Amino acid sequence: MTRKVTRPAARRRSTDPLTGSQIVWECLVREGVTHVFGYPGGAILPVYDAMPAYPVHHVLARHEQGAVHMADGYARAAGGVGVAMATSGPGATNMVTGIATAMMDSSPVVCITGQVSSALIGSDAFQETDITGVTLPITKHNYLVTDVDEIAPVLREAFYIARSGRPGPVLVDIAKDAQQGSCPFDWDAAEPKPPGYRPDHRPRAAELRHALELINESKRPLMLVGHGVVLGQAEALVRAFAERTTIPVAMTLLGIGAFPASHPLNLGMMGMHGEAWVNEAVQQADLLIALGMRFDDRVTGSLSTFAPGARKIHVEIDPAEVNKNVPVDVGLIGDVHKVLGDLLPGVVPNDHSAWLARIDELRQCATARGIQNFADDGRLYAAHAIHDLWKATGGGALVVTDVGQHQMWEAQYYRHEAPRSLITSGGLGPMGFALPAAIGAKLARPDADVWAVVGDGGFQMTMAELGTMVQEGVKVNIAIINNGYLGMVRQLQEFFYGARYHATPLVNPDFVTLASAYGIRGIRVTERSQVIPAVDAAAADAGPVLLDIRVEADDAVYPMVAAGAGLDQMIRRPAQEVVE
Amino acid sequence: MSSTFVVYVEDKPGVLNRVASLFRRRAFNIESLTVGHTEAPGVSRMTIVVGTDRDGARKVEAHLYKLVNVLRVDDVTSTPAVYRDLAMIKVQATPDTRSHIMQLVDVYRARIVDVAPASLMIEVTGTEDKIDSLLDVLHPYGVIEAVRTGRVAMARGETRTPRVRKAAFALGGPALRPVPGVDHGTHVPLSA
Repeated sequence: MTRKVTRPAARRRSTDPLTGSQIVWECLVREGVTHVFGYPGGAILPVYDAMPAYPVHHVLARHEQGAVHMADGYARAAGGVGVAMATSGPGATNMVTGIATAMMDSSPVVCITGQVSSALIGSDAFQETDITGVTLPITKHNYLVTDVDEIAPVLREAFYIARSGRPGPVLVDIAKDAQQGSCPFDWDAAEPKPPGYRPDHRPRAAELRHALELINESKRPLMLVGHGVVLGQAEALVRAFAERTTIPVAMTLLGIGAFPASHPLNLGMMGMHGEAWVNEAVQQADLLIALGMRFDDRVTGSLSTFAPGARKIHVEIDPAEVNKNVPVDVGLIGDVHKVLGDLLPGVVPNDHSAWLARIDELRQCATARGIQNFADDGRLYAAHAIHDLWKATGGGALVVTDVGQHQMWEAQYYRHEAPRSLITSGGLGPMGFALPAAIGAKLARPDADVWAVVGDGGFQMTMAELGTMVQEGVKVNIAIINNGYLGMVRQLQEFFYGARYHATPLVNPDFVTLASAYGIRGIRVTERSQVIPAVDAAAADAGPVLLDIRVEADDAVYPMVAAGAGLDQMIRRPAQEVVE
Repeated sequence: MSSTFVVYVEDKPGVLNRVASLFRRRAFNIESLTVGHTEAPGVSRMTIVVGTDRDGARKVEAHLYKLVNVLRVDDVTSTPAVYRDLAMIKVQATPDTRSHIMQLVDVYRARIVDVAPASLMIEVTGTEDKIDSLLDVLHPYGVIEAVRTGRVAMARGETRTPRVRKAAFALGGPALRPVPGVDHGTHVPLSA
């Protein structure tokens, strides 16, 4: 895409001094930034004041947490870096949840915060917070800039670090006097070269050979696909690898979309709320090939009983993840795309039909427990609503979920065929993620059919971002899976706390009326027959539509591996007679 | 058990905080940490003693490498190395006891660095064991105060340090780092 660059941004170097604020925008434009999600305030105002001269669109969030989630959603949808901006003190501290979310899910986000003038730092000045100290453990790296000369090199390095290696959030805190100072701008001289940073590991040849031996010898192998496959754009290689070896593929929550759901070798999601047959297969496998995933506790269950008979090959870009949770036989440290490219010529086609037949058997056993196969009892279940959303959108929507029961049902019942078609928070699990992240995703991919699937609890954490959505004219359709409870917490209370539902019932506003207050069309859905027409109506509407889907409260996500239990010790949905 | 690391870091504000924060965050206990300049500008050297086993040491090393300002990590726990601790000890000394104390100081190859009417100040370097032992024998005389630097370490032989100087001190970038593999604990020559 070519963009007509306005005059100030065309400079690579200026002998006339620019202000620190101008340099910030010069750098953002050079990094290819077209959208910044932010919220102004005193200590960042010089930067905002310089903004209009540059071809960058600013999206005014309603809360800085929302701004970072938007930047995160933008980054995940676009496959690039998202940028969020806020002022010092409360502006910066409000970003913390968003930053931690990006950190846990390896999402490249650059956060730029204003800081009080350098002379005031350390004096407990108004709206002064040590945000580099606060965000130290939740950023990939962060910087405090007190000198205008440092702005360009630090911002270039920040983008480089955010997007390279294992991506992650980087925060740049810029003192107000550095924004207001001036110096010559030289983009080329600011090229990043952090001496201790090495994102480009490659496995040794001997390790690759060892891995190939294990792969070619295995009888019951399984590929475990994680977020790293999407981040490394290795989807096609994963598919080629699976097809050549006939090795079935299981996915983590963030791996969903990296392998087509309709592919015969696709098993589905593994882990705490993974499909029963996938977890059984993991436990029975003789080889696990983990690709860009980190053996999170939600994926492994109890570590002491995890995949007891399996050798493990771990392909992972971050050396610190190898042998962190699960001891592996071979660690191949490097970008998944490159490592798979190295492995692919060495794998021999193999016949795993006995193993695939065994997994199919496990899959058939689960049919009697699938809620979609139960006789219709007149009640609307969330699983039905999400299944129908999948049907009505032709499986082609970009779905952004929040956190909780609806998130797991989405992962189970919406069948994703393409990478980056599900954006969800896996590691941190912050309620309130969906709406702002969906706004960011839609701005990154204007042609996508973006749906925010969100619970009634999580929606209310960031529903102020409806204002952002309307102000920006962004069409994001919202499906509130409304059961009147904090559903996932309720489920834990049901299973482990004697069904004592303290502090989980919600008295909700009328979401349809709320939508109309923002000038958005709202549709209430109370019966299964209404789901598809409502989704169709949302698709047909030029503006955003909010569906308030009233689902059965007395329901749980099955299967479930309780915290600390083995992966094959699942709480299963009680079996019922299947309707043919 | 303990593991000892020699860590080269960029000499920038906040780097000590990043390193210390990592140990806190990952629940590793620091037994001692020393930091100081090297002969090259811009590079500081830390010696960190951590209460952890070999598996833990691998994790520490890998996590240290994730810090952007960390240039190089050497686990010297099982490599031949010289360890030294420095202590200054102020001990009560009367005309009767002063010569006894001075004899002990000789035995430990320590030095008297200050003499006052009722006390002596002793400087001693050596392994932690040696200093513990000197403190024990001085105890009956009345130790007024003692301060210790914590362990510093350097690998024996000439293979490591000159290369580190060449590579690390030039801030030469990627070539500085060993390629981490699953065998993080093993020493990878800098030329690798």
